[in-house]
Amino acid sequence: MQDAAIKDQISEFMSHSFSGARIAHDQDIFEAGFGNSMFAMQLVNFVEVAFEIEVDSDDLDIDNFRSIDRVAALVQRKREVAAA
Amino acid sequence: MNIAAEVTAAQADARAFWEGVAQAHVAPSARQIDRDSAVPEAVMAALREAGAFASGFPEAFGGPAGSQSDPVGAALAHGAMHEALGKASASVQGVVNVHHMGGSALARWGSKAQKAQWGPRLTSGETRCAIAITESEVGSDATAVRTRAVADGDGWVVNGEKAWITCGASADLFVLIAASDDGPVALLLPSDAPGLTIAPIPDMLGCRGYAMARLLLDDVRFPADALLGKPGFGVTYVASTGLDSGRYNLAWGCVGLAEACRQAALAYVQRREQFGQPIGEFQLVQQLVARMTTDIHAARLMCQSAGVARGQRAMTAAKEATMAKYFASTMVNRVAKDAQQLHGASGIGPETPLEMYFRDARIMEVIEGTTQILEIMIAKFSYQERPA
Repeated sequence: MQDAAIKDQISEFMSHSFSGARIAHDQDIFEAGFGNSMFAMQLVNFVEVAFEIEVDSDDLDIDNFRSIDRVAALVQRKREVAAA
Repeated sequence: MNIAAEVTAAQADARAFWEGVAQAHVAPSARQIDRDSAVPEAVMAALREAGAFASGFPEAFGGPAGSQSDPVGAALAHGAMHEALGKASASVQGVVNVHHMGGSALARWGSKAQKAQWGPRLTSGETRCAIAITESEVGSDATAVRTRAVADGDGWVVNGEKAWITCGASADLFVLIAASDDGPVALLLPSDAPGLTIAPIPDMLGCRGYAMARLLLDDVRFPADALLGKPGFGVTYVASTGLDSGRYNLAWGCVGLAEACRQAALAYVQRREQFGQPIGEFQLVQQLVARMTTDIHAARLMCQSAGVARGQRAMTAAKEATMAKYFASTMVNRVAKDAQQLHGASGIGPETPLEMYFRDARIMEVIEGTTQILEIMIAKFSYQERPA
Protein backbone atom coordinates (compact mmCIF):
# COMPACT_ATOMS: atom_id res chain seq x y z
CA MET A 1 0.00 0.00 0.00
CA GLN A 2 1.34 3.41 -0.97
CA ASP A 3 1.99 6.16 1.55
CA ALA A 4 -0.78 8.32 0.09
CA ALA A 5 -3.33 5.54 0.42
CA ILE A 6 -2.34 4.97 4.05
CA LYS A 7 -2.70 8.65 4.81
CA ASP A 8 -6.07 8.77 3.10
CA GLN A 9 -7.36 5.93 5.26
CA ILE A 10 -6.05 7.52 8.44
CA SER A 11 -7.51 10.85 7.38
CA GLU A 12 -10.88 9.27 6.74
CA PHE A 13 -10.80 7.56 10.14
CA MET A 14 -9.88 10.74 11.97
CA SER A 15 -12.46 12.75 10.13
CA HIS A 16 -15.06 10.14 10.99
CA SER A 17 -13.95 10.22 14.63
CA PHE A 18 -14.21 13.99 14.89
CA SER A 19 -17.68 14.66 13.54
CA GLY A 20 -16.48 15.03 9.96
CA ALA A 21 -13.78 17.61 10.72
CA ARG A 22 -11.15 18.15 8.04
CA ILE A 23 -7.66 17.57 9.39
CA ALA A 24 -4.49 18.49 7.53
CA HIS A 25 -1.97 15.68 7.25
CA ASP A 26 0.63 17.58 9.26
CA GLN A 27 -1.79 19.04 11.79
CA ASP A 28 -1.04 18.21 15.44
CA ILE A 29 -4.31 16.63 16.55
CA PHE A 30 -3.51 17.00 20.22
CA GLU A 31 -2.69 20.71 19.95
CA ALA A 32 -5.87 21.13 17.92
CA GLY A 33 -7.85 19.57 20.74
CA PHE A 34 -8.99 16.52 18.81
CA GLY A 35 -7.07 13.88 20.72
CA ASN A 36 -8.29 12.46 24.01
CA SER A 37 -7.83 9.24 25.93
CA MET A 38 -10.84 7.59 24.32
CA PHE A 39 -9.59 8.42 20.85
CA ALA A 40 -6.05 7.25 21.65
CA MET A 41 -7.14 3.64 22.04
CA GLN A 42 -9.50 3.87 19.07
CA LEU A 43 -6.63 5.06 16.91
CA VAL A 44 -4.40 2.17 17.96
CA ASN A 45 -7.21 -0.28 17.29
CA PHE A 46 -7.82 1.29 13.89
CA VAL A 47 -4.24 1.16 12.63
CA GLU A 48 -3.81 -2.41 13.85
CA VAL A 49 -6.94 -3.64 12.09
CA ALA A 50 -6.73 -1.50 8.95
CA PHE A 51 -3.05 -2.08 8.25
CA GLU A 52 -2.56 -5.48 9.87
CA ILE A 53 0.21 -4.36 12.17
CA GLU A 54 0.70 -4.76 15.90
CA VAL A 55 1.31 -1.66 17.97
CA ASP A 56 3.29 -2.68 21.04
CA SER A 57 4.73 -0.99 24.07
CA ASP A 58 7.86 0.07 22.15
CA ASP A 59 5.65 2.18 19.91
CA LEU A 60 4.16 4.13 22.80
CA ASP A 61 5.53 7.53 21.86
CA ILE A 62 3.16 10.44 21.57
CA ASP A 63 5.01 11.60 18.47
CA ASN A 64 3.88 8.43 16.69
CA PHE A 65 0.27 9.51 17.02
CA ARG A 66 0.51 13.29 16.76
CA SER A 67 -0.62 13.74 13.15
CA ILE A 68 -1.78 11.82 10.11
CA ASP A 69 1.75 12.02 8.72
CA ARG A 70 3.25 10.60 11.92
CA VAL A 71 0.75 7.76 12.17
CA ALA A 72 1.37 6.89 8.53
CA ALA A 73 5.12 6.83 9.19
CA LEU A 74 4.57 4.44 12.10
CA VAL A 75 2.46 2.18 9.91
CA GLN A 76 5.11 2.16 7.17
CA ARG A 77 7.87 1.35 9.66
CA LYS A 78 5.90 -1.50 11.19
CA ARG A 79 5.03 -2.93 7.80
CA GLU A 80 8.64 -2.76 6.66
CA VAL A 81 9.79 -4.56 9.80
CA ALA A 82 7.11 -7.21 9.36
CA ALA A 83 8.06 -7.72 5.71
CA ALA A 84 11.79 -7.98 6.44
CA MET B 1 -24.90 -8.12 11.86
CA ASN B 2 -27.01 -11.11 12.81
CA ILE B 3 -26.37 -11.40 16.52
CA ALA B 4 -28.51 -14.48 16.92
CA ALA B 5 -26.56 -16.45 14.31
CA GLU B 6 -23.21 -15.44 15.80
CA VAL B 7 -24.31 -16.24 19.32
CA THR B 8 -26.04 -19.50 18.60
CA ALA B 9 -22.95 -20.98 17.08
CA ALA B 10 -20.38 -19.63 19.45
CA GLN B 11 -21.95 -19.39 22.83
CA ALA B 12 -24.26 -22.31 23.44
CA ASP B 13 -21.61 -24.77 24.57
CA ALA B 14 -19.81 -22.16 26.64
CA ARG B 15 -23.02 -21.14 28.37
CA ALA B 16 -23.83 -24.71 29.30
CA PHE B 17 -20.31 -25.38 30.50
CA TRP B 18 -19.95 -22.28 32.66
CA GLU B 19 -23.48 -22.55 34.02
CA GLY B 20 -22.58 -26.07 35.17
CA VAL B 21 -19.32 -24.96 36.77
CA ALA B 22 -20.84 -21.93 38.45
CA GLN B 23 -23.88 -23.69 39.84
CA ALA B 24 -21.88 -26.70 41.05
CA HIS B 25 -18.89 -24.93 42.55
CA VAL B 26 -19.75 -21.28 43.16
CA ALA B 27 -23.46 -20.83 43.88
CA PRO B 28 -23.50 -23.11 46.94
CA SER B 29 -20.88 -20.86 48.60
CA ALA B 30 -22.42 -17.51 47.67
CA ARG B 31 -23.99 -16.77 51.07
CA GLN B 32 -20.87 -17.94 52.88
CA ILE B 33 -18.73 -15.65 50.72
CA ASP B 34 -21.01 -12.76 51.63
CA ARG B 35 -20.82 -13.59 55.34
CA ASP B 36 -17.06 -14.24 55.46
CA SER B 37 -16.01 -11.56 52.97
CA ALA B 38 -13.74 -14.11 51.34
CA VAL B 39 -13.91 -16.64 48.54
CA PRO B 40 -13.08 -20.18 49.76
CA GLU B 41 -9.98 -21.77 48.27
CA ALA B 42 -12.09 -24.68 47.03
CA VAL B 43 -14.07 -22.28 44.83
CA MET B 44 -10.89 -20.75 43.45
CA ALA B 45 -9.47 -24.22 42.80
CA ALA B 46 -12.58 -25.23 40.88
CA LEU B 47 -12.36 -22.06 38.79
CA ARG B 48 -8.68 -22.69 38.05
CA GLU B 49 -9.50 -26.23 37.02
CA ALA B 50 -12.27 -25.03 34.72
CA GLY B 51 -10.01 -22.46 33.05
CA ALA B 52 -11.71 -19.33 34.34
CA PHE B 53 -8.43 -17.48 34.75
CA ALA B 54 -7.38 -18.16 31.17
CA SER B 55 -10.68 -17.14 29.59
CA GLY B 56 -10.57 -13.91 27.65
CA PHE B 57 -6.81 -13.80 27.20
CA PRO B 58 -5.03 -14.07 23.84
CA GLU B 59 -3.97 -17.56 22.92
CA ALA B 60 -0.31 -16.50 22.80
CA PHE B 61 -0.55 -15.30 26.40
CA GLY B 62 -2.00 -18.62 27.52
CA GLY B 63 -5.65 -18.03 26.69
CA PRO B 64 -8.05 -20.71 25.46
CA ALA B 65 -7.12 -22.68 22.38
CA GLY B 66 -8.96 -21.50 19.29
CA SER B 67 -9.50 -17.96 20.49
CA GLN B 68 -7.19 -16.56 17.83
CA SER B 69 -9.04 -18.29 14.98
CA ASP B 70 -12.47 -17.49 16.43
CA PRO B 71 -12.16 -14.21 18.34
CA VAL B 72 -15.90 -13.54 18.28
CA GLY B 73 -16.61 -16.96 19.75
CA ALA B 74 -13.92 -16.39 22.37
CA ALA B 75 -15.37 -13.01 23.36
CA LEU B 76 -18.86 -14.44 23.63
CA ALA B 77 -17.66 -17.50 25.56
CA HIS B 78 -15.85 -15.18 27.95
CA GLY B 79 -19.07 -13.22 28.37
CA ALA B 80 -20.99 -16.42 29.00
CA MET B 81 -18.58 -17.26 31.79
CA HIS B 82 -19.09 -13.87 33.44
CA GLU B 83 -22.85 -14.18 33.15
CA ALA B 84 -22.78 -17.60 34.78
CA LEU B 85 -20.47 -16.39 37.55
CA GLY B 86 -22.56 -13.27 38.12
CA LYS B 87 -25.65 -15.42 38.49
CA ALA B 88 -23.90 -17.69 41.00
CA SER B 89 -22.06 -15.02 42.99
CA ALA B 90 -21.45 -11.39 42.09
CA SER B 91 -18.42 -11.47 44.38
CA VAL B 92 -16.77 -14.29 42.49
CA GLN B 93 -17.57 -12.69 39.15
CA GLY B 94 -15.78 -9.57 40.36
CA VAL B 95 -12.73 -11.49 41.53
CA VAL B 96 -12.34 -13.08 38.11
CA ASN B 97 -13.09 -9.75 36.46
CA VAL B 98 -10.28 -7.80 38.13
CA HIS B 99 -7.87 -10.66 37.41
CA HIS B 100 -8.75 -10.19 33.77
CA MET B 101 -8.58 -6.40 33.95
CA GLY B 102 -5.03 -6.37 35.25
CA GLY B 103 -4.05 -9.32 33.13
CA SER B 104 -5.44 -7.90 29.91
CA ALA B 105 -3.45 -4.69 30.45
CA LEU B 106 -0.35 -6.84 30.89
CA ALA B 107 -1.16 -9.03 27.91
CA ARG B 108 -1.72 -5.98 25.73
CA TRP B 109 1.13 -3.69 26.78
CA GLY B 110 3.66 -5.96 28.45
CA SER B 111 7.10 -6.54 26.97
CA LYS B 112 7.91 -9.97 25.58
CA ALA B 113 9.76 -10.77 28.80
CA GLN B 114 6.84 -9.63 30.97
CA LYS B 115 4.37 -11.67 28.95
CA ALA B 116 6.62 -14.73 29.14
CA GLN B 117 7.05 -14.29 32.88
CA TRP B 118 3.45 -13.64 33.83
CA GLY B 119 1.30 -15.13 31.06
CA PRO B 120 1.48 -18.77 32.19
CA ARG B 121 1.05 -17.83 35.85
CA LEU B 122 -1.93 -15.61 35.25
CA THR B 123 -3.76 -17.88 32.85
CA SER B 124 -3.30 -20.90 35.09
CA GLY B 125 -4.61 -18.92 38.05
CA GLU B 126 -1.41 -19.60 39.97
CA THR B 127 -0.98 -15.82 40.21
CA ARG B 128 -4.08 -13.72 40.75
CA CYS B 129 -3.99 -10.24 39.33
CA ALA B 130 -5.77 -6.97 40.13
CA ILE B 131 -5.55 -3.37 39.06
CA ALA B 132 -4.85 -0.51 41.45
CA ILE B 133 -6.01 2.86 40.17
CA THR B 134 -8.42 4.35 42.71
CA GLU B 135 -7.35 6.49 45.65
CA SER B 136 -9.34 8.02 48.46
CA GLU B 137 -9.38 11.38 46.67
CA VAL B 138 -9.15 10.11 43.10
CA GLY B 139 -11.77 7.99 41.41
CA SER B 140 -13.06 8.78 37.94
CA ASP B 141 -10.17 11.10 37.03
CA ALA B 142 -7.42 8.52 36.92
CA THR B 143 -4.92 11.00 35.52
CA ALA B 144 -4.99 12.84 38.87
CA VAL B 145 -3.59 10.01 40.99
CA ARG B 146 -1.37 11.21 43.84
CA THR B 147 0.60 8.02 44.36
CA ARG B 148 3.97 9.10 43.05
CA ALA B 149 6.69 7.19 41.25
CA VAL B 150 10.14 8.78 41.29
CA ALA B 151 12.86 7.54 38.99
CA ASP B 152 15.68 6.02 41.00
CA GLY B 153 18.64 4.66 39.11
CA ASP B 154 17.11 2.54 36.37
CA GLY B 155 14.02 1.78 38.47
CA TRP B 156 11.41 3.58 40.52
CA VAL B 157 10.54 4.36 44.11
CA VAL B 158 6.85 4.75 44.82
CA ASN B 159 5.00 6.32 47.73
CA GLY B 160 1.28 6.77 48.18
CA GLU B 161 -1.96 5.05 48.98
CA LYS B 162 -4.54 3.24 46.90
CA ALA B 163 -8.09 2.72 48.15
CA TRP B 164 -11.01 0.42 47.40
CA ILE B 165 -8.87 -1.98 45.41
CA THR B 166 -10.89 -5.04 44.49
CA CYS B 167 -8.94 -8.14 45.54
CA GLY B 168 -6.51 -5.85 47.30
CA ALA B 169 -6.34 -8.38 50.12
CA SER B 170 -6.22 -11.47 47.92
CA ALA B 171 -4.36 -10.72 44.67
CA ASP B 172 -0.72 -11.66 44.13
CA LEU B 173 0.10 -9.03 41.53
CA PHE B 174 -1.20 -5.51 40.93
CA VAL B 175 -1.05 -3.27 37.91
CA LEU B 176 -0.41 -0.07 39.81
CA ILE B 177 -1.05 3.37 38.33
CA ALA B 178 1.10 6.19 39.69
CA ALA B 179 2.04 9.72 38.71
CA SER B 180 5.58 10.54 37.60
CA ASP B 181 7.46 13.50 36.17
CA ASP B 182 6.83 12.01 32.74
CA GLY B 183 3.11 11.45 33.26
CA PRO B 184 1.16 8.46 34.56
CA VAL B 185 3.06 5.18 34.77
CA ALA B 186 1.84 1.61 35.17
CA LEU B 187 4.01 -0.65 37.31
CA LEU B 188 3.79 -4.33 38.18
CA LEU B 189 3.57 -4.61 41.95
CA PRO B 190 3.84 -8.03 43.65
CA SER B 191 1.77 -8.25 46.81
CA ASP B 192 4.84 -9.23 48.84
CA ALA B 193 6.91 -6.21 47.81
CA PRO B 194 8.87 -4.71 50.73
CA GLY B 195 7.27 -1.45 51.83
CA LEU B 196 3.77 -2.46 50.76
CA THR B 197 1.14 -2.72 53.48
CA ILE B 198 -2.27 -4.14 52.63
CA ALA B 199 -5.15 -2.99 54.82
CA PRO B 200 -8.44 -4.84 54.23
CA ILE B 201 -11.62 -2.73 54.14
CA PRO B 202 -14.34 -4.60 56.05
CA ASP B 203 -18.11 -4.19 56.03
CA MET B 204 -18.60 -3.17 52.41
CA LEU B 205 -22.24 -2.78 51.38
CA GLY B 206 -22.15 -5.60 48.85
CA CYS B 207 -19.86 -7.89 46.86
CA ARG B 208 -18.07 -8.59 50.11
CA GLY B 209 -16.02 -11.36 48.54
CA TYR B 210 -14.13 -8.70 46.59
CA ALA B 211 -11.65 -8.53 49.51
CA MET B 212 -11.42 -4.77 49.11
CA ALA B 213 -8.31 -3.22 50.57
CA ARG B 214 -6.15 -0.14 50.76
CA LEU B 215 -2.59 -0.44 49.49
CA LEU B 216 -0.09 1.68 51.37
CA LEU B 217 3.19 2.16 49.57
CA ASP B 218 6.14 3.37 51.62
CA ASP B 219 9.29 3.69 49.52
CA VAL B 220 8.38 0.63 47.49
CA ARG B 221 11.16 0.00 44.99
CA PHE B 222 10.45 -1.22 41.49
CA PRO B 223 13.08 -2.53 39.07
CA ALA B 224 13.11 -1.08 35.57
CA ASP B 225 11.41 -4.16 34.16
CA ALA B 226 8.36 -3.56 36.36
CA LEU B 227 7.29 -0.74 34.04
CA LEU B 228 4.31 -1.66 31.89
CA GLY B 229 4.25 0.29 28.64
CA LYS B 230 6.05 3.60 28.83
CA PRO B 231 5.94 6.61 31.14
CA GLY B 232 3.06 8.88 30.23
CA PHE B 233 0.88 6.07 28.91
CA GLY B 234 -0.14 4.45 32.18
CA VAL B 235 -3.69 5.72 32.09
CA THR B 236 -4.46 6.41 28.43
CA TYR B 237 -3.37 3.01 27.23
CA VAL B 238 -2.61 0.60 30.08
CA ALA B 239 -5.41 1.42 32.54
CA SER B 240 -7.84 2.04 29.68
CA THR B 241 -7.23 -1.45 28.36
CA GLY B 242 -8.04 -2.92 31.76
CA LEU B 243 -11.11 -0.76 32.25
CA ASP B 244 -12.45 -1.60 28.80
CA SER B 245 -12.19 -5.30 29.61
CA GLY B 246 -13.74 -4.69 33.00
CA ARG B 247 -16.77 -2.95 31.56
CA TYR B 248 -17.39 -5.76 29.12
CA ASN B 249 -17.02 -8.43 31.80
CA LEU B 250 -19.08 -6.57 34.36
CA ALA B 251 -21.94 -5.96 31.95
CA TRP B 252 -22.25 -9.72 31.56
CA GLY B 253 -21.95 -10.18 35.30
CA CYS B 254 -24.86 -7.82 35.79
CA VAL B 255 -26.97 -9.88 33.40
CA GLY B 256 -26.17 -12.95 35.46
CA LEU B 257 -27.00 -11.30 38.76
CA ALA B 258 -30.26 -9.97 37.32
CA GLU B 259 -31.13 -13.42 36.05
CA ALA B 260 -30.61 -14.83 39.54
CA CYS B 261 -33.03 -12.20 40.86
CA ARG B 262 -35.53 -12.97 38.15
CA GLN B 263 -35.45 -16.72 38.64
CA ALA B 264 -35.95 -16.29 42.38
CA ALA B 265 -38.87 -13.96 41.69
CA LEU B 266 -40.47 -16.30 39.14
CA ALA B 267 -40.34 -19.22 41.55
CA TYR B 268 -41.72 -17.13 44.38
CA VAL B 269 -44.66 -15.50 42.61
CA GLN B 270 -45.85 -18.84 41.27
CA ARG B 271 -45.61 -20.45 44.70
CA ARG B 272 -46.76 -17.72 47.05
CA GLU B 273 -50.55 -17.54 47.37
CA GLN B 274 -52.66 -14.60 48.52
CA PHE B 275 -56.40 -14.09 48.17
CA GLY B 276 -56.72 -17.71 47.09
CA GLN B 277 -54.33 -17.69 44.17
CA PRO B 278 -50.61 -17.43 43.33
CA ILE B 279 -49.57 -13.79 43.42
CA GLY B 280 -48.17 -14.25 39.91
CA GLU B 281 -51.78 -14.15 38.69
CA PHE B 282 -52.11 -10.51 39.70
CA GLN B 283 -51.51 -8.08 36.89
CA LEU B 284 -49.40 -5.67 38.91
CA VAL B 285 -47.07 -8.57 39.70
CA GLN B 286 -47.07 -9.57 36.04
CA GLN B 287 -46.05 -6.03 35.17
CA LEU B 288 -42.92 -6.34 37.29
CA VAL B 289 -42.15 -9.77 35.85
CA ALA B 290 -42.58 -8.44 32.32
CA ARG B 291 -40.31 -5.48 33.00
CA MET B 292 -37.50 -7.56 34.45
CA THR B 293 -37.70 -10.21 31.75
CA THR B 294 -37.56 -7.57 29.01
CA ASP B 295 -34.85 -5.60 30.78
CA ILE B 296 -32.59 -8.63 31.10
CA HIS B 297 -33.15 -9.67 27.51
CA ALA B 298 -32.23 -6.18 26.31
CA ALA B 299 -29.08 -6.12 28.42
CA ARG B 300 -28.02 -9.57 27.22
CA LEU B 301 -28.47 -8.49 23.60
CA MET B 302 -26.32 -5.43 24.26
CA CYS B 303 -23.66 -7.65 25.79
CA GLN B 304 -23.78 -10.01 22.84
CA SER B 305 -23.49 -7.12 20.42
CA ALA B 306 -20.55 -5.77 22.42
CA GLY B 307 -18.99 -9.23 22.33
CA VAL B 308 -19.28 -9.48 18.56
CA ALA B 309 -17.80 -5.99 18.20
CA ARG B 310 -15.01 -6.91 20.59
CA GLY B 311 -14.20 -10.11 18.73
CA GLN B 312 -14.27 -8.35 15.40
CA ARG B 313 -12.22 -5.46 16.81
CA ALA B 314 -14.84 -3.12 15.42
CA MET B 315 -14.35 0.61 15.94
CA THR B 316 -17.54 0.60 18.00
CA ALA B 317 -16.24 -2.02 20.46
CA ALA B 318 -15.32 0.36 23.30
CA LYS B 319 -18.55 2.31 22.89
CA GLU B 320 -20.61 -0.88 22.92
CA ALA B 321 -18.87 -2.20 26.03
CA THR B 322 -19.45 1.13 27.75
CA MET B 323 -23.13 1.19 26.79
CA ALA B 324 -23.59 -2.44 27.79
CA LYS B 325 -22.08 -1.81 31.23
CA TYR B 326 -24.10 1.37 31.65
CA PHE B 327 -27.38 -0.29 30.75
CA ALA B 328 -26.76 -3.59 32.50
CA SER B 329 -25.61 -2.03 35.78
CA THR B 330 -28.64 0.24 35.99
CA MET B 331 -30.87 -2.60 34.81
CA VAL B 332 -29.73 -4.97 37.56
CA ASN B 333 -30.65 -2.39 40.17
CA ARG B 334 -34.17 -2.15 38.78
CA VAL B 335 -34.48 -5.92 38.64
CA ALA B 336 -33.03 -6.52 42.11
CA LYS B 337 -35.39 -3.94 43.57
CA ASP B 338 -38.44 -5.40 41.83
CA ALA B 339 -37.50 -8.98 42.71
CA GLN B 340 -37.09 -7.95 46.31
CA GLN B 341 -40.43 -6.15 46.23
CA LEU B 342 -42.14 -9.25 44.85
CA HIS B 343 -40.79 -11.25 47.77
CA GLY B 344 -42.36 -8.92 50.29
CA ALA B 345 -41.00 -9.36 53.80
CA SER B 346 -38.97 -12.43 52.88
CA GLY B 347 -37.06 -10.29 50.39
CA ILE B 348 -35.61 -8.16 53.15
CA GLY B 349 -34.82 -10.97 55.57
CA PRO B 350 -32.02 -13.50 55.79
CA GLU B 351 -33.97 -16.51 54.51
CA THR B 352 -33.65 -15.58 50.85
CA PRO B 353 -30.65 -14.26 48.91
CA LEU B 354 -32.64 -11.23 47.73
CA GLU B 355 -31.13 -8.86 50.24
CA MET B 356 -27.64 -9.96 49.15
CA TYR B 357 -28.57 -9.52 45.49
CA PHE B 358 -29.87 -6.04 46.27
CA ARG B 359 -26.65 -5.02 48.05
CA ASP B 360 -24.48 -6.58 45.34
CA ALA B 361 -26.42 -4.77 42.63
CA ARG B 362 -25.62 -1.39 44.15
CA ILE B 363 -21.90 -2.02 43.64
CA MET B 364 -22.38 -2.46 39.90
CA GLU B 365 -23.17 1.21 39.31
CA VAL B 366 -20.01 2.33 41.09
CA ILE B 367 -17.15 0.18 39.82
CA GLU B 368 -15.45 0.20 36.41
CA GLY B 369 -16.86 3.69 35.82
CA THR B 370 -19.77 5.14 37.70
CA THR B 371 -23.06 5.46 35.89
CA GLN B 372 -22.48 9.17 35.58
CA ILE B 373 -18.96 8.84 34.12
CA LEU B 374 -20.25 6.28 31.63
CA GLU B 375 -22.97 8.72 30.58
CA ILE B 376 -20.28 11.31 29.86
CA MET B 377 -18.29 8.75 27.87
CA ILE B 378 -21.30 7.63 25.86
CA ALA B 379 -22.12 11.24 25.07
CA LYS B 380 -18.55 11.80 23.87
CA PHE B 381 -18.71 8.67 21.73
CA SER B 382 -21.92 10.07 20.30
CA TYR B 383 -20.33 13.41 19.50
CA GLN B 384 -17.75 11.59 17.40
CA GLU B 385 -20.43 10.50 14.98
CA ARG B 386 -20.50 12.27 11.67
CA PRO B 387 -23.58 14.48 11.29
CA ALA B 388 -26.21 12.99 8.98
